[in-house]
Amino acid sequence: MKAWFFTEDAYPQLPDQDTYRSIRVNLPSKHYDPEIGADNYHQFLDMWLMAEELGLEIMLNEHHQTATCVVPSVPIIAGILARETKTARILILGNPLSNLPRPTRTAEEMAMIDVISRGRLECGFVRGVPYESAPANVLPYRGTERMWEAHDLIIKAWTSHDGPFNFEGRWFHARQVNVWPRPYQQPHPPIWVTIGSAGTARPVAEHEYVGAVFLAGYPGIRAIFDGYRDRYLARHGNEAPLDRLAYCALIYVADDEAEAKAGGERLLWYMTSNKVPVEYSNPPGYHAPAVAAKIAQGGIGGAGLPLRPTLDNQMARGNVFCGTPDQVFEQIKAFYEYSGGFGNLLIMGQAGHLTFAQTRRSMTLFSTEVYPRLKELTASYNGDAMKATRAALPHRDAVDLGTFGLEFAR
Amino acid sequence: MTGTTTKIELPGAAVEVVRKGAGPQLFVLHGGGGPVAAMPFADKLAENFEVIAPVHPGFAGSAIPDHFDNLQDLVYLYLDLMDALELEDAVMMGFSMGGWTAVELAVMSTARISKLILVDAVGVKVGGREDRDIADVFATPPDELARMMWHDPAKAPNPANMTDAQLEIVQSNRVALGLYTWEPYMHNPKLPHRLHRIDVPTLLLWGESDGLVTPDYGRAYCAMIPGAEIIVIPEAGHAPQAEQPGAFVEHVVSFAI
Repeated sequence: MKAWFFTEDAYPQLPDQDTYRSIRVNLPSKHYDPEIGADNYHQFLDMWLMAEELGLEIMLNEHHQTATCVVPSVPIIAGILARETKTARILILGNPLSNLPRPTRTAEEMAMIDVISRGRLECGFVRGVPYESAPANVLPYRGTERMWEAHDLIIKAWTSHDGPFNFEGRWFHARQVNVWPRPYQQPHPPIWVTIGSAGTARPVAEHEYVGAVFLAGYPGIRAIFDGYRDRYLARHGNEAPLDRLAYCALIYVADDEAEAKAGGERLLWYMTSNKVPVEYSNPPGYHAPAVAAKIAQGGIGGAGLPLRPTLDNQMARGNVFCGTPDQVFEQIKAFYEYSGGFGNLLIMGQAGHLTFAQTRRSMTLFSTEVYPRLKELTASYNGDAMKATRAALPHRDAVDLGTFGLEFAR
Repeated sequence: MTGTTTKIELPGAAVEVVRKGAGPQLFVLHGGGGPVAAMPFADKLAENFEVIAPVHPGFAGSAIPDHFDNLQDLVYLYLDLMDALELEDAVMMGFSMGGWTAVELAVMSTARISKLILVDAVGVKVGGREDRDIADVFATPPDELARMMWHDPAKAPNPANMTDAQLEIVQSNRVALGLYTWEPYMHNPKLPHRLHRIDVPTLLLWGESDGLVTPDYGRAYCAMIPGAEIIVIPEAGHAPQAEQPGAFVEHVVSFAI
């Protein structure tokens, strides 16, 4: 198991939620104090450096026009960490290719980070969440096709070393592509793509890229991972290795249960803060019409309803692992076995008002007491044994799903 | 009045066309809300015209052709459609986004049309780059959008009264509208330089309370089209044909016949 420390670099110093309609897209930047913002950036950079010291890998992402993640350009943070860190892998998950205007720019930025870090970049490509359609001014319809076309151009840009080539696709045109620098890793950095359904998992499996699942929990994980594994087996003739799959959850580890709950509640800000009305969560063509209709009715997430995920239901769902080291290990192990296994754990280890000290304590306990056991777990992975274990675990869909996670259910 | 619906196969796409009534041809292009041929105003018009109303691909549950990217694809499809329908001296009437489509067709050729009617149409930018000439329907809260689009918001379609299948069609209509109008938003920057080519009598009909594209927008649009006139209909919003069908039909008939 490889564990990756992740924080969204939020700006939680906000007025009361009742005073604004949305935390994303239209929240005025008068609520952002650059003095506080500077402190935040440095604190988050310190957290990633701490993660490296603790033996964890690093995960970064980007979002736009939102206080939930004040990294509108992930290459900037990655560039700093490429210089400041020495050993950790740096995962960007990811570059929102559907919403970025020029894939060749992304190819250049990622190649730079790979070279500066001497080959420590893991490069993720994502479609982007629905709320980013407005900031990018990009129609979400056919966003997945658009993402894969950008991907094709980037891969070719990274792997062509004999002068310019021509690319005139449906969405992206570049007639003299000749990217400098070329990537440090050959032929290019490892690729990750977020997946949210068996359908979106298939092309990722075909490419043998890492498929990363965010917060699908018990109700969703099997269908997604199975979609990946089935396609991988069909295409490549062997079972997908564990390291091809990743799962992202909120994780808080503490010395005792009461402290763990308190930390978990703080971490839950990531979900409770996500107040987004329907006009931003349901842009045309992001969701399939049947799903879009449910969102428009307010029946499911993102419809401007108060989001009330509780720690208990999110733990039951498998979106939050929280407790003492023993408890957290057992929770992750249970989910791991239920899912059929995965080799990458993406840890949202900090959110909202969780302090540096609290985060450090949690990640220290994780790295010293949980991580070694997770490594043993994956080291002893046996495909047949896993199938038997999993078969003995009945499908869990009768948990309170809350209203969160729909934006990842694609 | 029930009309007949035929599916017309054209190169690259098929189009459903509703026909009702008899008389001079009235070629009706619906807006982003979806087909209008089943509305009461259309029945009234069918007493004077042969109403010929295509359903834009992507609306009313129809598929968006794979090669479609924007409004130009619809415009070229309709050039073919107008040939297939053998339109002759037709009155072309377009609502909102359909009005924009009608204008794009008219600047290409008026050979098959005798008159043009634009109802709360989009298609041009009349203000500066920081003026929001056309409300951003995709970024507006639903209740605010209803207030913008309707003189009497109580008349706006109520999702609570719709079946799941109808709600799904509302959403797929939105996708089609997005495809046709996303960027440049609801307009073609080149159009003002082409409007001089419209050489048929043109009437703009506008709901006085339209907050999506205001009557001032309509007047500016009107001033760009040679000889065009505008009539503003009181107590109506973005869909005067729905809120004031009587006055609306009267204006259409007196202009077109």
